[in-house]
Amino acid sequence: MIKIQLPVSEEEVRKLKIGDEVYLTGKMVTGRDSAHTYLLEKFQEDLAPILENTVIYHCGPVVKKEGDLWSFVAAGPTTSIRDEPYEADVIKNYHLRGVIGKGGMGEKTLKACKDYGAVYFHAVGGVAVVLAKSVKQVLGVYKLEEFGVPEAFWHIDVVDFPVIVTMDSHSNSIHKDVLSFSKSRKEELFKL
Amino acid sequence: MDLTNHFEKLITLTSTQLPSDVEDKLRKQMAMEEEGTPAKASLKTIIQNIEMARKETLPICQDTGALIFYINYPSEKYRESDFREAILKATRIVTGKSLLRPNAVDGISGKNSGDNTGAGSPWFNFYQWDRDYVEVKLLLKGGGSENCGIQYKLPDDTMGAGRNLQGVKKCVIDAVFRAQGEGCAPGIIGVCIGGNRDSGNKIAKEMLFRKLDDINPEPKLAEAETDLYNKLNSLNIGPMGLGGKTTVLGVKIGALHRLPACYFVSISYMCWACRRHTMIIKGEEITYD
Repeated sequence: MIKIQLPVSEEEVRKLKIGDEVYLTGKMVTGRDSAHTYLLEKFQEDLAPILENTVIYHCGPVVKKEGDLWSFVAAGPTTSIRDEPYEADVIKNYHLRGVIGKGGMGEKTLKACKDYGAVYFHAVGGVAVVLAKSVKQVLGVYKLEEFGVPEAFWHIDVVDFPVIVTMDSHSNSIHKDVLSFSKSRKEELFKL
Repeated sequence: MDLTNHFEKLITLTSTQLPSDVEDKLRKQMAMEEEGTPAKASLKTIIQNIEMARKETLPICQDTGALIFYINYPSEKYRESDFREAILKATRIVTGKSLLRPNAVDGISGKNSGDNTGAGSPWFNFYQWDRDYVEVKLLLKGGGSENCGIQYKLPDDTMGAGRNLQGVKKCVIDAVFRAQGEGCAPGIIGVCIGGNRDSGNKIAKEMLFRKLDDINPEPKLAEAETDLYNKLNSLNIGPMGLGGKTTVLGVKIGALHRLPACYFVSISYMCWACRRHTMIIKGEEITYD
């Protein structure tokens, strides 16, 4: 098990390989559908500093508000592939060191990981209670009113957030391997 | 009687407790996966999460899904509006308690309603029946798995799929292949052969209420379910699409009569977090399954 402190350097991220089990600790930001298009409308000055050298987490949490304090109740990953058209530019423009999500991403994001020094961390889909326990504090929220709870940017502080590297900065992808195997198996089954 | 608090209980139960047949199946599959693989690690975390959600009454998954209700009721005692109003009220209360995520987004403005109510949310299916009790079934179906649903039209030349069970099987294999890990595998696959564009999808989804260990009363479909279960699990897509022996937990197939010109194969993909429960209202007595 590898421990990584966020924010993280490009050098450290480039050492990661597919299959590595990692615990992430530090500050990260959630962002999914609306968040990605918003980040590319123009360079968002207010969000850039909190995205620099950390990771964006594809997650639409269930949250709770007590007084002025927000907390995460349930917070598993959402399907990442929907952000495939945007992620490469988000990584490039905001100097992200990684993405957390589920289901993996495509060639464009894999190339961005190589070109700019980032990785794709896979979290287990649906294990929302386990993952929410790693979120120790909500530091702030952006675009809550406009995007709603699931699609807002939640700036969070996490401890030992468990993930697996499934796409690294050396063009390797577990998702590509599984796709390729299952494709040939599908073709065999079609012949039966 | 005011049913609001009973619906609150049904929604809370469904969001926080996985049905026992699904949990049992996940445990069996976990035991089968090899130590040190992402498949084993994923299933272990899934089991841990199910236990924690149940113990602490927390949503199993943050995508608490679309609320889809199937309500069978005797018309001499109830009106649809009795259920509709109580369910809307219960939905708002349970959302306020952070046991449902606000999941209803306006189709035009993109604005989240904030309380899970809106046009078509929750989604109701009412059936008047001649029994003396009410049966309310609730399915909470997340967006990731819903995106993996698909409807085929046979014949399909690209797959070499004709209008027969062999062709139907190709559709199901293709759908699960396309889904990879995106629908939160291991999934449960609801299928409907025949019907029209909407009835096919509807029955495919209703198949998800069948217990995983039941046996289809139609022998040809029972055979197809077992055969597909084995074939799909040989794809090595595995839990979360990271490889492994467990790609699906079950395949459930229904059939409808069709028009001579139409042959649809409708497929509904459900994630491992197959959140479904049933409530029976018989006089003053209310039971949950």
